[in-house]
Amino acid sequence: MAELIVISTLNGVLFGMLLFLLSSGLTVIFSMMGVLNFAHASFYMLGAFFGFQLTRWIGFWPALVIAPLLVGVVGMGVERYGLRNTHKHGHVAELLLTFGLAFAIEEIVSMIWGKSPVDYRVPAALDFPAFTVFSTNYPAYKIFMLVVSVVIFIALLVTLKRTRVGLIVQAALTHPSMVGHLGHNVGRVFMLVFGVGSALAGLAGVIAGPSLVTQSDMAALLGPILFVVIVFGGLGSLPGAFIASLLIGLIQTFAVALNGSLASVFGPLDPSLGPSPLTDIWNVTIAQIAPILPYLLLVLVLIFRPMGLLGTRES
Amino acid sequence: MSNAAIPTSAATKEESASALSFYGIWLIAAAALVVLPLIFSSGGSLTSFSLIGIAIIFALSYNILLGQTGLLSFGHAVQYGLGGFLAVHAMNAVASHNWPIPLPAIPLVGGIGGMAFAVLVGWVMTKRAGTVFAMISLGIGELVASSSLILRSVFGGESGVTTDRTSLMPLFGWTFGPQIQVYYLIAFWVMISAIAMYALTRTPLGRICNAVRDNPERVEFIGYDPHVVRYLAYMFAGFFAGIAGGLTAINFEIANSAYLGATQSGLVLFSAFIGGTAYFFGPILGAILVTYLQLGLTSVTSVWQLYFGIIFICIVMFAPGGIAGILMKHRPLIRAGTLGTVIPSYLVAAIPTLALALGIILTIETVARFSGGDAINLLGIPFAATAPTTWVTAAVLLVGGFLVARITWRRVAEAWDRAATVARDRGYLA
Repeated sequence: MAELIVISTLNGVLFGMLLFLLSSGLTVIFSMMGVLNFAHASFYMLGAFFGFQLTRWIGFWPALVIAPLLVGVVGMGVERYGLRNTHKHGHVAELLLTFGLAFAIEEIVSMIWGKSPVDYRVPAALDFPAFTVFSTNYPAYKIFMLVVSVVIFIALLVTLKRTRVGLIVQAALTHPSMVGHLGHNVGRVFMLVFGVGSALAGLAGVIAGPSLVTQSDMAALLGPILFVVIVFGGLGSLPGAFIASLLIGLIQTFAVALNGSLASVFGPLDPSLGPSPLTDIWNVTIAQIAPILPYLLLVLVLIFRPMGLLGTRES
Repeated sequence: MSNAAIPTSAATKEESASALSFYGIWLIAAAALVVLPLIFSSGGSLTSFSLIGIAIIFALSYNILLGQTGLLSFGHAVQYGLGGFLAVHAMNAVASHNWPIPLPAIPLVGGIGGMAFAVLVGWVMTKRAGTVFAMISLGIGELVASSSLILRSVFGGESGVTTDRTSLMPLFGWTFGPQIQVYYLIAFWVMISAIAMYALTRTPLGRICNAVRDNPERVEFIGYDPHVVRYLAYMFAGFFAGIAGGLTAINFEIANSAYLGATQSGLVLFSAFIGGTAYFFGPILGAILVTYLQLGLTSVTSVWQLYFGIIFICIVMFAPGGIAGILMKHRPLIRAGTLGTVIPSYLVAAIPTLALALGIILTIETVARFSGGDAINLLGIPFAATAPTTWVTAAVLLVGGFLVARITWRRVAEAWDRAATVARDRGYLA
């Protein structure tokens, strides 16, 4: 049991930090531009596939730098030539544009790389067990992922709290129009923020690709969870997104690791009915309901605290 | 057939004429539904018509949310799918108990199923509109789609629940075994649902829905609760989506978890938006086009979904009113008689735009078939995906088409402005 708790906590924090790499960009973009970027998870997928392809051509370490930059450029292009032109049609049109983009990107990726998972492997330099907890070897690559996401997290924090650009971004989080009135080139700030957000998503993809499965449906699988994270944390709140990322990361990981069901806990009390929804619920394991836990959380939060954990804005 | 967008002065002026054309359109539509299978009687076209009919009801029900009330839902297939499942279970129950309920009543059960779910979750979901509603609808959609795989006894797991539509009691000698009888059943429900949904837009509720879409704050000031209005609209949308789901269940004699999924929700959003959400007939056009493309493109190319995505992105960026919006934009020009001045510039712009489109198609197909090595057949001209000449042709069409199209479309905009000015002078354009 202790082993399970330690390993699951490590994995959960890791998954949570990955989620935060994605949700931080999404939250900042949403707060500044009012656009919920549906294609954000697609940028994560693009990062993974660019990382895979570049790793084949020039090796993992250059790919770790170049792939996120490429994704960032794609993101800036989307903002400059797509969203900026659609802005005049309103937020629904912008949301739909990113929805269409997410759809198109998934199709393009599966057109080029196929629908089955690609062979994106952990680089040889990191392919060894870092340490042994109880009897489990914990892979060094996961520690590397954790380190990268923590470093990015600290860099993001410092940039936001200590630099001029961060100050403008922070101001734009709560008072976007006032920042414009103060004479900042809001268009360029938007483009940069969108680019950085996409690049962060891309980075998450590059480092998550070898550890998880790099496949053309990875965006569709992660995207909805990402939205749960930012709605749960409170739309537009970075600390909220951080807490929600960790929480959902931990919940998901623990749920997958646990194998209990109502039947195994209350075994002797089995009502032994015929096949009915009740027996389905009675026999389902926690691991099986892991995929729906985030959405259950979402519904609960919306009933009891509609603005999310730390949200303040009624959007 | 358009909604409240027409100014009232124009409406009163041509009242008697418009009443005639109004009923005329519905009668023509009904006649077309009856006559169509007599003209195209092959099995393939009957199946297509059936699917298109279902898609029309589904898209129209979606437009109660998006077009009428301004609620962008990413999970509309939930009501559709649940309606389908309830219909299948109802059919099985009716058949096993020999209840005297004929098949044409089954879609109503589906509708009630869709509505019941909407009643259940709607109150929480419609608390807020806009982005939050979009996210919640997505979350609920995922929740139901994933739960359907857990509750195997109700949803039948991966394989779904099957039924036999001919096991119900026959109605006037119709067993609904042959596709033609199913087609007429669907056509009947298309007509009923379309009339009901159109009538809904003319009721005070329909009007207040439009008001909630445009300015919820003012609606609150005149004493309505936007939350209640959104909830009601959500219920009606769920009801008609459930009818569409029930018809699908009858048509395929199966309901599976794919009915509830994100793909289905995405398709109905595409249909409604490509057709145009501002007019009642927009989603009908969109449903016809999207279903037709879906059926037609799958045999021609393996990446048909990408074309959907591109068409959708183009509509969002360049014509957010959809096809119906584009058509209706020309109405004042036709009335003012200035459409003729715009047409030459359209014809000029059509050539480079077509070249651009061909360039895009050639590029996509080249990438898609590069490893497979199939030949590309574009307008009867064969291209090899691995030949450099193909790549050059694609690049020339793409870049050349784009550059020239940009200039010609600017010309179109100028010609349009001139024509619109004349129309405005003659009092046909506000």
